[in-house]
Amino acid sequence: MNEFVRATLETVYMVLTSSIISVVIGLPLGVLLILVRPEGLRPKPNLYRAIDVTINVLRSIPFMILMIVVFPLSRLLVGRATGTTATIVPLAILAIPFVARIMEQSFLEVDYGVLEAGLASGATIGQLVRTVLIPEALPALVNGVTITIINIIGNSAMAGAIGGGGLGDLAIRYGLYRRNSLNLFVAVAITIAFVQIVQFLGRLIENRLRRDGTSPAL
Amino acid sequence: MCVIRVEHLRKSFLLDKTAIHAVDDVSFSVDEGEVFGLIGLSGAGKSTLVRCLNLLERPDSGEIWFDGLNLVEQDDSVLREKRCRMGIIFQHFNLFMRKTVWENVAYPLRIAGQRTKEIIPRVEELLDYIGLSAHARSYPAELSGGQQQRVGIARALAMNPRLLLSDEATSALDPVNTELVLSMLRKVVDDLGIAVILITHQMEVAKALCDRIAVMENGKIVEENTVEELFLRPRHAVTRRMIRGFDEDIPLEHFADLTSAPVYRLGFRSQTVTRPLISDISRRFNVDANILAGNINALVGGDVGYLVVSFEGEEEAVCGALSSLHEDGVEILKLEPGNGQNNGVGLHAKEEVR
Repeated sequence: MNEFVRATLETVYMVLTSSIISVVIGLPLGVLLILVRPEGLRPKPNLYRAIDVTINVLRSIPFMILMIVVFPLSRLLVGRATGTTATIVPLAILAIPFVARIMEQSFLEVDYGVLEAGLASGATIGQLVRTVLIPEALPALVNGVTITIINIIGNSAMAGAIGGGGLGDLAIRYGLYRRNSLNLFVAVAITIAFVQIVQFLGRLIENRLRRDGTSPAL
Repeated sequence: MCVIRVEHLRKSFLLDKTAIHAVDDVSFSVDEGEVFGLIGLSGAGKSTLVRCLNLLERPDSGEIWFDGLNLVEQDDSVLREKRCRMGIIFQHFNLFMRKTVWENVAYPLRIAGQRTKEIIPRVEELLDYIGLSAHARSYPAELSGGQQQRVGIARALAMNPRLLLSDEATSALDPVNTELVLSMLRKVVDDLGIAVILITHQMEVAKALCDRIAVMENGKIVEENTVEELFLRPRHAVTRRMIRGFDEDIPLEHFADLTSAPVYRLGFRSQTVTRPLISDISRRFNVDANILAGNINALVGGDVGYLVVSFEGEEEAVCGALSSLHEDGVEILKLEPGNGQNNGVGLHAKEEVR
C-alpha cells in the first residue's frame, strides 16, 4: 500500500510541476502568437510562421520518442535522465506548444471590437493584454488549462514505462509485469480519479467565471 | 472653435490584389458643439474613416489636426493620450463582457493611471448621467441593447473628450432604443458642448441629430452641407436616394420618365413648407400641377419638405409659375428623364439593340 501512496505523490508532483511550467511558458507564447498573427495587432508574419511550424512539429512527435530524444536535456537540467524529476522535462516540453496553441485559440474568441474599445480608451498593447485580452478570455483559458493537465496525466502514465516513476510505473511494474490485476486495476483507478477531479474542478472554476451571463463556449 | 480638421485623408486596402480606396481624399472639419454626420451606404468607407480619425487604422496619407497636433505624425505615446480626448461608441457596443458596468465605465480612467479615490466619484457621476446607477454591479450581458449603448456612451465620456465618434451607434437597436440613445447623444452635445462625428447609413438618424451632413460614396465625400440645405437642394443622386429612404426604391429621376411634361423637384424651407404655394400658382398662372411624390422631414433647425411636380400648360405660364416659386424661396431642380439608376427594362433593351 505504501507503494501506491508513493506513486500517487510522484504523479501529483510530476503533473503539477510540468503543468505550471507549461502554462508559465505557454501562456506568453500564446499571447505572442495572437499579437504577431498576420491579422493581429502587431503583425509579424515571418515570426508567426516560424513559431507556428515549430509548434506543429513538436506536437506531432509521439511522447515516448520525445522523452528519449530529450534525455540529454533532462540530464543537463536535473542531473539525470530517468526518474520523476527528470520526466518533468519532456512532459513540459510536450505541453508547452499545446498550451500555446490552446491559448491562441481562446484569445481568438475575444471579439476584435472589444480590443479596439480598449485601444481607443488609450491602452498600450501590454495594458490591453493584461486588462482586456486575458480577463475576457479567462473562462476559455481555464478550460484550456484543464485539458492540458489531463493530457499531462495521460503522458505521465506513459512515462512510467521507461523509468518515469509515478502511477504509470507502478501499473506496469507491479501490475503488468507481475501479472497482478488488482495492482493494475488500483493504479488505473487512481489515475481515472485524478482525471475526474481535475475535470470537475476545472469546470467548477470555469462556471464561476462565467457568472457574468456570457454564454459558455462549446 | 474647430475641434478636428481632416485634410486630404487617404486609406486603401489590397483585396485580392486590387486596391480598394476605402477613404479617398477626404477633407472636412467639425466645430465645438456641432454634430457632423457622415452618411453613406454600406461599403462607402465610413467605418474606415472613423478608424483613421483615432488612428486605430493608419491612413496612407493626409493630415488629421486635433488638439493642435497633426495626429498622423505623432508617435504611439502621444496618440494614446489623444485617443482619450476622442471618445468612441460602436455599433455592437464593444463593452468588456467580463467587467461590470461600473468597471467598464472606470476602464479609461484606470488605464490613464488615476487613483481609485478619484475614479469612484467620476464613475458614479457618469452612471447617474446615463441613468444606470442601479445597474452598476450588473454585467453587460444582463442589460438591453439600449442600456449597453448608454454604458458605451458613459465609457466614451469618462475622460472628458472634446470629440465623440459614433460608429453606427444605433444600427443594432430597435426603434425605441434608437430613440433613447439619440436623445442621450443630443443631451450630451447640449450639456457638454463637445463635437460629435456621427456615422450612419440611416438618414432618419442623421436628420434627428446632425447640424451638418457629408454624404460619402466610394470613399469620397460627394456632398456636404447643413442638414436643411441638404434636404432642400440635394445635388447628388446618392443624397436624393438617401433622403427618400430605402423603402421607396425608385430614384427621383424615374418620375421624369413617367410624363412628357417637365418634372421638377421643389424644395421647401421651414418658412414655406406650410403655405399653399402650388394651388396658388396653379390659379394665378393657369398651369396644371401634377404632384407625383412628396415628403416632409422634421430637422433640428425646422421642417423641410419637397414635392415632385410636373407642370402642364403654356411654356410662358410654366416659366412664370417657376419664377414666382423661386421668389417665394422654393428651391427648384429640374429632373431630366433617363438619369435614374433604375430606368427599367425598356432603356437597357434599347441600348442592347444599338
